[in-house]
Amino acid sequence: MANALINVPDRTRRGEIVEIKTLISHPMETGYRRSQLGARIPRDIIRLFVCTYNGTEVFRAELHPAITANPFFVFSTVATESGTLTFQWTGDNGFSVTETAAITVD
Amino acid sequence: MNRATSRREFLAGAAAGLGLGAVIAVTPAHATPQEMQDAIRKVVGSAPVTKGRVKLELPPLSENGNTVPLTVSVESAMTPADHVRAIHVFTELNPQPEVVTFRLGPRAGRARVSTRIRLANTQTVTAIGELSDGSFWSATAAVVVTLAACLEDA
Repeated sequence: MANALINVPDRTRRGEIVEIKTLISHPMETGYRRSQLGARIPRDIIRLFVCTYNGTEVFRAELHPAITANPFFVFSTVATESGTLTFQWTGDNGFSVTETAAITVD
Repeated sequence: MNRATSRREFLAGAAAGLGLGAVIAVTPAHATPQEMQDAIRKVVGSAPVTKGRVKLELPPLSENGNTVPLTVSVESAMTPADHVRAIHVFTELNPQPEVVTFRLGPRAGRARVSTRIRLANTQTVTAIGELSDGSFWSATAAVVVTLAACLEDA
């Protein structure tokens, strides 16, 4: 199963901009490489990453084969209220991983 | 007679030179592959793309094209009335010109995103910022890649 690492500051103040870092293990096979027998290795990538904050989408990335294996993103959001951040990665061959992180806003 | 011909030749040469100069001024200094321009047009439509407001941070020299750190930021107040709607990244010499599209909004707080990309060759990377007023801004960065991505056997 895919392993995701998420870094969110667990306590912030209202209105502050928080930086979020995410990393997920995935080979991101481009579909342009060939095996030693010359056969083309089929594409297997993550196509979409979405981050929602208490149900509202705050960030989305549409990925192409030019993103490295184990896609890593750093982005930010404004801390509005305490709640959960949901991260969802979807891709080829039915790949789908959802992770959550709690955020406390003082 | 001979003198008149040489004057005519000179003028024709000068005109050709001026024409050539104008062509060079219009097209970018590097030979930009058509696919990247087509991919950019697909996103931008007929809107003009202006240089500026976007900052693209890439290492000038990368030892490994399989992982090149990239940071894009766009100057914006990030208010509901004036914010960055999307950031698009393109390359000219990868098998596919599109690299990634980030969609953000006023909830992002600041328009600054980092990731890691693959580069198949020494080339120029272009980032385009799409603002809420419908304008497009761009920045480019040249990267020298020592070990190219996508070429090794599995």
